[in-house]
This record gives sequence, C-alpha cells and structure tokens, in this order.
Amino acid sequence: MKKSVADIKNMSVLPLTRSDRVRVTVGMATCGLASGAAPVMEALTAAVAELGLDNVDLKRVGCIGCCQHEPIVEVTYPGQRKVTYIKVTPEKAREIAEVHLTTGRALGKYTFSALAGETGEDAPVTYAEQTPFFAGQERVVMSNCGVIDPEDIDEYIRRGGYQALGRALTEMAPDEIIEEVTASGLRGRGGAGFPTGKKWLFASGNRGKVKKYVVCNADEGDPGAFMDRSVLEGDPHAVLEAMAIAGKAIGSDEGYIYVRAEYPLAVERLETAIAQAEEYGLLGDNIFGSDFSFKIHLRLGAGAFVCGEETALLMSIEGKRGEPMPRPPYPAVKGLFGKPTIINNVETFANVTRIIARGAEWFASMGTENSRGTKVFALGGKITNTGLVEVPMGTTLRQVIEDIGGGCPNGKRFKAAQTGGPSGGCIPASLMDTPIDYDNLGAIGSMMGSGGLIVMDEDNCMVDIAAFFLGFTVDESCGKCTPCRIGTKRMLELLNKIREGRAEQGDIEKLEDLALYIKDNSLCGLGQTAPNPVLSTLRHFRDEYTAHAEQKRCPAHVCRGLACYVIDPEKCIGCKLCQRACPSGAITGELKTAHRIDPEKCIKCGACMSACRLNAISVE
Amino acid sequence: MSCCKNNGISIGTEEQYEALISAIDELKDRRSSLMRIMQRAQEIYGCLTLEIQNVIARETGRALEEIYGIATFYSMFTLTPRGKHSVSVCMGTACYVKGAGAVLARLKELLALEEGQETTADGLFTLTECRCIGTCGLAPVMVVDGEVYGRMTPDAVEGILQKYRDKEAEQK
Repeated sequence: MKKSVADIKNMSVLPLTRSDRVRVTVGMATCGLASGAAPVMEALTAAVAELGLDNVDLKRVGCIGCCQHEPIVEVTYPGQRKVTYIKVTPEKAREIAEVHLTTGRALGKYTFSALAGETGEDAPVTYAEQTPFFAGQERVVMSNCGVIDPEDIDEYIRRGGYQALGRALTEMAPDEIIEEVTASGLRGRGGAGFPTGKKWLFASGNRGKVKKYVVCNADEGDPGAFMDRSVLEGDPHAVLEAMAIAGKAIGSDEGYIYVRAEYPLAVERLETAIAQAEEYGLLGDNIFGSDFSFKIHLRLGAGAFVCGEETALLMSIEGKRGEPMPRPPYPAVKGLFGKPTIINNVETFANVTRIIARGAEWFASMGTENSRGTKVFALGGKITNTGLVEVPMGTTLRQVIEDIGGGCPNGKRFKAAQTGGPSGGCIPASLMDTPIDYDNLGAIGSMMGSGGLIVMDEDNCMVDIAAFFLGFTVDESCGKCTPCRIGTKRMLELLNKIREGRAEQGDIEKLEDLALYIKDNSLCGLGQTAPNPVLSTLRHFRDEYTAHAEQKRCPAHVCRGLACYVIDPEKCIGCKLCQRACPSGAITGELKTAHRIDPEKCIKCGACMSACRLNAISVE
Repeated sequence: MSCCKNNGISIGTEEQYEALISAIDELKDRRSSLMRIMQRAQEIYGCLTLEIQNVIARETGRALEEIYGIATFYSMFTLTPRGKHSVSVCMGTACYVKGAGAVLARLKELLALEEGQETTADGLFTLTECRCIGTCGLAPVMVVDGEVYGRMTPDAVEGILQKYRDKEAEQK
C-alpha cells in the first residue's frame, strides 16, 4: 500500500504501542543475541501465552547500548516510566511475566539496582536514565536504537520517520536541502570529517542531465567500532530515508549500500527495511507521487579493510579488486561507474534524517564551533561499562571514560585511550580533559575516526599496541603503492626488533623517519594514516620505547621477548617439574634444592611458569 | 551423470553444480556482478577451487586471472576446502587487549594445529583469526559457524569445541 505524506503524518501521531497495552521489548542485535536474548524471547513468548496476557505487545528491538548487561528486557506500562531489566535469563523472564506483567509490580532486584548489590525482594527499581551510563548521554543517531522494532516500518513512522523525506520532496528545493545540511555544520562521521553539505554541493551540478549515485559506506572495518552495525540493526530506515533525501539533493535516482559481510544480521534487516519501504512507496518510482524516484541496492563486502576507503569501495561495488585510485578526480566528479557520486557513512546519514526533520539550527546548537552535533563512541577494552555511548561533541574524554564508562575495572590505573582505530592514535591520561572534537583530536595526534574508543590500563604495553595496529595494516595493505606495502612491513620489523630486545642505537629514530615518509607518500587514506598509532605512541609514550630499546625491558611486562623468568628460592621446593617442562634445558638444580634459570639459555616460552604448582616462578 | 565428468568440478554434487550454473545465469548479465557470483559460488561449495574459478570464467566469459585476482584479494574467499565447522577468534583491538591471543593459543593447542595450518587433520574444524565482528562489548569473542561466544577465556574453549564434537558423534 503506497502512503502519502498525509498518511505518514497521521501515523506519526500514534504511540508505538496502543495506550491500553503494555510494551515489552527484548534487545536483539548481535550483542544481545550473543548473550542469549533468543531463549529469553522464547521464554517470554511462552509465558505471555500461558498466562493469557493478551494486553502485552512483545517486540524485538535493536541495541540499547549497554552490551555489558545484555540480555536486556524493557517493560513500559502506559503512562509510566520504562523499567529496564538487565542480564535477563529465561527463568528471570518467566518471573518478570508472572509478577510484573501480571500484577504490575516491577521487580527492582533485576534492574540496575542489582549492580549496587540490591538483590532482595524489596529492592527499589533503578531506571536506566538514573544510571551514570545513560544520564551522561544525548541520543540523536541512536534515538530509535533499542526503542523500535527494526523490522517494522510502522514503528519507525510512528516515531516520526519518513517525515523528513516528505519535507524534502514536497517543501524543499534540492538546493535548500544542501543549504540545510551545510548550515547544520554536519561533518562526515566516517573518519576524515569532511563537511557533508560541501560534499553534496560538489556533486550537485547538472541535475537531471547526468546519471549520479548515492553510496552509503557501511564497511565498518575499524576494529573496535560498531556504531554503524548497531544503527543498521536497530534503525535501518533512518539510513534509507537519508539516502533518498541525498538523492533528491544531488539529483540521483540510485543508491548503493556497501555493507560488511561480517554483519549478517545488519544485511538481513536492511533487506527487510528496503522491501517494506518499497511496499509503502517510500523507495522506488515517483515517491509521494512526485517525479522523484530512488532505488537502493545492497552490496556485500568480502573482508578487505581497504574497501572502507572511498575509491576502493567504489571499485569493490563494481565487482573488482578493491584497490584505491588516486584522487583527484574525486568521486563527486568521477565516482561509481565513472559517474558523479557522493559517499557518506552510516552515522552521517542517520544524522541527515534528523537534521531535515528538526532543522539545522537545532542540530548546530549541539557540539563545539567546528564540530556540531553528537558523536557515537564504541567503548571497549579495559572499561567497566562497555557499549555504545552518544555524547555531544566537546564532551571530555574524562567524562566519557570515568563518568559514563565507569573507569577501568579491578582498580587498575587508566593509561591511554585509543581512538580512530588503525588510523588513529592513543590519548594519554594527561590529556583526559581535552574536549573531544575533530580539531582537538587531530591536534593531539589522534583522530575522530569512526568512533572506536578502546581503553587501555597499566597492564597494556604501548609498543605492543602500536605493533598490533601495524600488524593490522601490514595485513590489510592492498599492495598497490610501495610506501604502504613495503614501508609498513619495515616499520613492523623495526617494532618487533624493539619488542624482542634486539634494538640498536638509532632504531627509534629510523622508525620515526619511515613513519613520516609513509604518511607523506602513500596513495590512499589507509597508508597515509597507517603510521599514526606509532607516531602518537612515540609522542606520548616515548619513555616506553626507550625502556624497550635501551634498557631492554618492557615496563608493562607484556613483551615476552623482554621478559626475564626467575625462580624465587624461598618458594621453590626443588620438585623438578619446571626442569622437565623446559624445552631448552635452561633450568638447573638438584632434587629438593632451589632451581635456577639460565637467562642465556631461556627462550622465554613460559612453560616453567605454567608447570610450577607453587607460583615460585615470576617474570621480571 | 557422475559429478566430475562433464562439469569440470571434481568436488561436490550435481545439485551444487546446478545451483552454481543457475546463480551464474541469474547474475551474469547484470552490471558489476562478478564478485556476487563468486560469493554465491563460495556459499554453494564452501570454497573457490581453481576448477570452480574455471567454470565461472567459462560461463561468464571473463578471464580466469581476473577471477583469481579477486579471489585472492578479499580475505573471505578461500581457495581450499574448509573444515566442517568454522571457528574464528576475533583479533580486533578490544578483543586483543582483553586476551584474545590466549584464547587463540588454547584453540591451536586443542585442535593440534601446526603453525600455518588452519584445518584439522580430521577435516572437522577450520580455525581462523577474524577482523572485528563488532561485538566489542563482549570481548574477547569467538565465532563458531556464525554463533558468537562472548567473554571467552582459554578454559572455556574446550567445552565449546566438545559441543560440536558431540554433535558430530550423535550424527554418526
């Protein structure tokens, strides 16, 4: 059934769930499913049927954001606050149905109160917005994630969806759309932060005379970033709607979404969303009865990180090897199949929908002068609250890590946060009060990137982390240009020399020179940014490099090549277990007398340490 | 018709071959479809052996070297047959800092894999490292046949592998 602009408006005034019904949702994005959301859903379905609860609407929703506490079930009685249950099991689900859904009395013991140790029958209900994790957030991009059923277009429309498209098609001229996006100050959320409005303007010439394409980059390859997956799994229509708006703005009738094959659920939900939008006439020919038509195709990646780079991505959509091309010409001039093309990432598109719906002024009121709006970060690593957080630009790293993230677990000391994935850098504890925006992160040698934020504590070695990222780029370099293909490999060799205690005088300087050379001479963004993890750790943690290179020690005791195994003569009873385990015959000592390890012969495999039953062997 | 006489592919069944040919027929005249044909072929056969690449080349009229070039560029394409169950350990940043290396080492030990070997001698498991699958909140994670196991520890590995071994034993 095709819908008109008026139909959409009429639907938008309806509540998600009828006012005489109870809404129960289960977070069923990849994180939720991996934590066991499916059996919870089954248990709830069965209990609702058995107990004859015919006033309950049971819905599957996307990612709520606090992966830590999945599976999550939320219950909303009409006119009441939403009650969030965490770490729900099928048994707890049954109890929730028997008590809360039957009598209306919420079970405080299964809400966030449990985290504070309140697990008794009289535990109070702690609402999500009362927790520091949610209280510090401002949700724009994620406003529908975890709220609506991503496989039900009606729910998206009831939350105001597709009104922006209606406005763009019936009330705005294409240039006005571009002006609105420009005025909002929106910058690309995929990494480099190019102003979105400007990108669209470059591709807007000759509307109607030449074929053009709108491409959504959903090849979220940065390890540690998963906000795009979450949006695609939790709110796919927001992206489709924005792509159609972009099509109208630049004069294009066809779009492609290039999505990672590693995200099967996102692909499935996008397919469903596209089919539903077509059925309602919100994609396809003559949308809203206008002369504007727009189709969207999906293309799956096949596991090549470089395809997140825009020119490589276009090659891959064309079905070729995903090797980048020199720019210029930029895709806005010569892109997909040689036609003018705009490429934006998932989060950028999700912002566009809200900008057109609520206006540039509203959007520009959030954030800092050159970085408007909000940014979603994927908090991971050594942090208490892992998950997705959305905060206004300009929020400090300290607020994100300490207030929202709850700091490092187990009382460990925060050492650094890594942003921007393999293209970004590490931010040390001393810079925690820096407001996060594009310019500030660039100035301290990191970058916004797509929003992965990995926290490291005192147990992580920064040289090891730099080597980890470089190993990643060595693997993922497409091989087209020499600085990236060979240069990154040479850098990794130097780093390994340093980690293994074979460093010579001048190796750190050599590493630095090579890094700057690769940065200046690589063909595409992958190579140009590949040295960043090394450069930023050198900048902020140079002492760790010198400790490895000169004193041959790893301060965090991570680099095995620098480890020195010793036996505590006080604890050793001379049982010979370690001697037998040692593959290189480095351990000597008679039965019942304390053994010792010959550092010359020791190959640092750690076999002795695993063999010892008395914890007498340690690493220095 | 025996499986290998006429169609040029010595592994798989007649049904698989027919599925491949119909996938090629469906897609070959569409623009930019070569990679999609290869993705379908791998879904059907589990790998892209040289023989399969040859059939794709023959049926689409594309050069074998172009197909080989694509197959070797993307990490998801594999040229050799895989084990029955695919086990992969995420080596993304979050998993790495939370100890994915130890999980991987334990898997290698339990599956008795030599350096560079991916598939077990009995053909039951193929172990790979994968790029971030985006469930960093549950790090470290491993994936077996598409099912995600979060908050892994080296000690938990054995039980999970046993689950799949038991399934095999049941089927026998």
